[in-house]
Amino acid sequence: MTALMEVTDVGRSFGGFVALAGISAKFERNKVTAVIGPNGAGKSTFFNVLSGVLQPSTGSIRFKGQELKGLKQHRFAHLGIARSYQITNLFPELSVEENVRVAAQALKTRYDVFSHRDRYPELSQKAEAALGEVGLTHRRARRARDLAHGEQRALEIAIALVANPELLLLDEPTAGMGPEETKDMVALIERLAADRTILLVEHKMKMILGLSDRILVLHHGRLIADGTPTAVQADPEVRRVYLGQNDGYA
Amino acid sequence: MTTTDLAAGQGVAPRALPKAGAALDRWRVPLTIAVLAVLPFVLPSQALAVNVLIYGLFTVGFNLLFGYTGLLSFGHAAFFGTGAYLTGMAIAHLGFGWFPAMLTGIVGASLLSAVIGALSIRTRGIYFCMVTLALAQLVYYVALQASGWTGGENGLRGFTVAKADLIGGFSVNLLNPLAKYYFIMFFAALALWFVSRVLNSPFGAAIEAVRENETRARACGFDVERTKLLSFILSGALCGLAGTLSALHLSIVPLDALSVHTSSIVVMMTMLGGAGSFFGPFVGALVFLLIEDVASLWTTHWQLIVGIVFILFVLFLPKGIWGSLIQLTRRRRAS
Ligand SMILES: Nc1ncnc2c1ncn2[C@@H]1O[C@H](COP(=O)(O)OP(=O)(O)O)[C@@H](O)[C@H]1O
Ligand SMILES: [Mg+2]
Repeated sequence: MTALMEVTDVGRSFGGFVALAGISAKFERNKVTAVIGPNGAGKSTFFNVLSGVLQPSTGSIRFKGQELKGLKQHRFAHLGIARSYQITNLFPELSVEENVRVAAQALKTRYDVFSHRDRYPELSQKAEAALGEVGLTHRRARRARDLAHGEQRALEIAIALVANPELLLLDEPTAGMGPEETKDMVALIERLAADRTILLVEHKMKMILGLSDRILVLHHGRLIADGTPTAVQADPEVRRVYLGQNDGYA
Repeated sequence: MTTTDLAAGQGVAPRALPKAGAALDRWRVPLTIAVLAVLPFVLPSQALAVNVLIYGLFTVGFNLLFGYTGLLSFGHAAFFGTGAYLTGMAIAHLGFGWFPAMLTGIVGASLLSAVIGALSIRTRGIYFCMVTLALAQLVYYVALQASGWTGGENGLRGFTVAKADLIGGFSVNLLNPLAKYYFIMFFAALALWFVSRVLNSPFGAAIEAVRENETRARACGFDVERTKLLSFILSGALCGLAGTLSALHLSIVPLDALSVHTSSIVVMMTMLGGAGSFFGPFVGALVFLLIEDVASLWTTHWQLIVGIVFILFVLFLPKGIWGSLIQLTRRRRAS
């Protein structure tokens, strides 16, 4: 069986600054892969390249055999790649339900200027299901900007989830969360992982070790380790550049 | 709509306000048309009423792009003026009837908005303002130079439509001010109905998403540029219709119809009434025209007064008059 996504020699520079260089990896279906590394290592840049926000400067990305390089960003969602952002990125003035519903609509109809929104009841059903999955059903009428931080993070995920993506990219889903909220988020990701391919940027090592099938370690834009949690934990270079100084991150 | 809803709409029964807000929204097209229909009788002059109608419609078109899609254009006079000029020229030079002349104006304004939209839509913020302004100035100078067609500085004259023939041998006497008012209102009503459909449509949700968060909208799968362009064209077409009606109303197109002054008037009317509200444009047009009328009675510097009022609004009532009222009913609904 071929991998869901295959990244070959991908690099990205900003001006003369190399944020990402020579990354190659294959991602199998229904596995959770964590991407770790110190701040500024290039993790978000890697996600931006995989989700079309940024074009790679070099290399190729194939998703289900199709080359993604050069594709416009909005096409990625249609192919089955969805993401959440490290910094909460919602439709602030819309209600929670509208946030998720419009995300579902994006894959269904975009330029219909004449029929009524309610003509697509299946969109509301999808939104309802996604909100149920992240536990936000009771908040559906709230404006997104009025939600608590943890709820906004959950809404981030619901927006990504409603597209029923094959590949889900989660950039620090527990950023800024307390222990309780983090526990809920871990449980949610575990549930999602049952039938989805997930890439996850995180700093909380305990969480990563519990969730991931595989860990990639980035350092200065390079992939310095790629393996099972046990193997990566034992890797001397990883210990030196990241794990040894990780106490500050938890 | 029940009588309690109506009473609540006047603030008599605060607890029913949420219901009133929702009802106002559901019935926005018939309610707006009803208000427009009585305007000639409640305003001090019929001339003011017809200006509220035409500038209100112009503002509705502008508001689709600014209030609902989040793009501040400073060149919308180009579409208003093009609609007006093409209608006038089609009648004066080509001998078109009033209806084909109107269509010429609307189609021409739409095509122009497709071009200006395509050239400007990739820029953001202040750059978008500047590009739309510059392109509209270009249109202004073309009209100024092509004086054989447009009348240049003197404006376009000589295309009075005294009587609009309808199908079946009926006709409207456009020399009768009231008949002309309702003739113009008919097209404004059609446009309002259309805009309301657009706002309720999936595309209406798409432009909201783009306005709220472009990055997120793109990640969800919206082609942000195409969405903006379509909104720009619809907006241009509506402003073109307003221009067309203005030409039929005045029987003259002043060069000013294409000027930056006209572009800024529509921005002010939108802000006064409330960007992103359905009825706001007419409130904004009325308030602007009233200030202009009253202030110009006692000073030649009335534009200064308009400017000061505008600044006060931007600073202290950024949602405009109608927008702030709507927000009040929403707050009550949420709590
Ligand atoms: N758009 C950009 N322009 C310039 N530099 C950038 C840009 N995005 C990221 N960088 C730089 O690339 C490096 C990697 O950033 P990032 O991918 O956000 O790191 P991480 O998510 O691992 O903390 C950083 O040094 C950052 O400053
Ligand atoms: Mg990051």
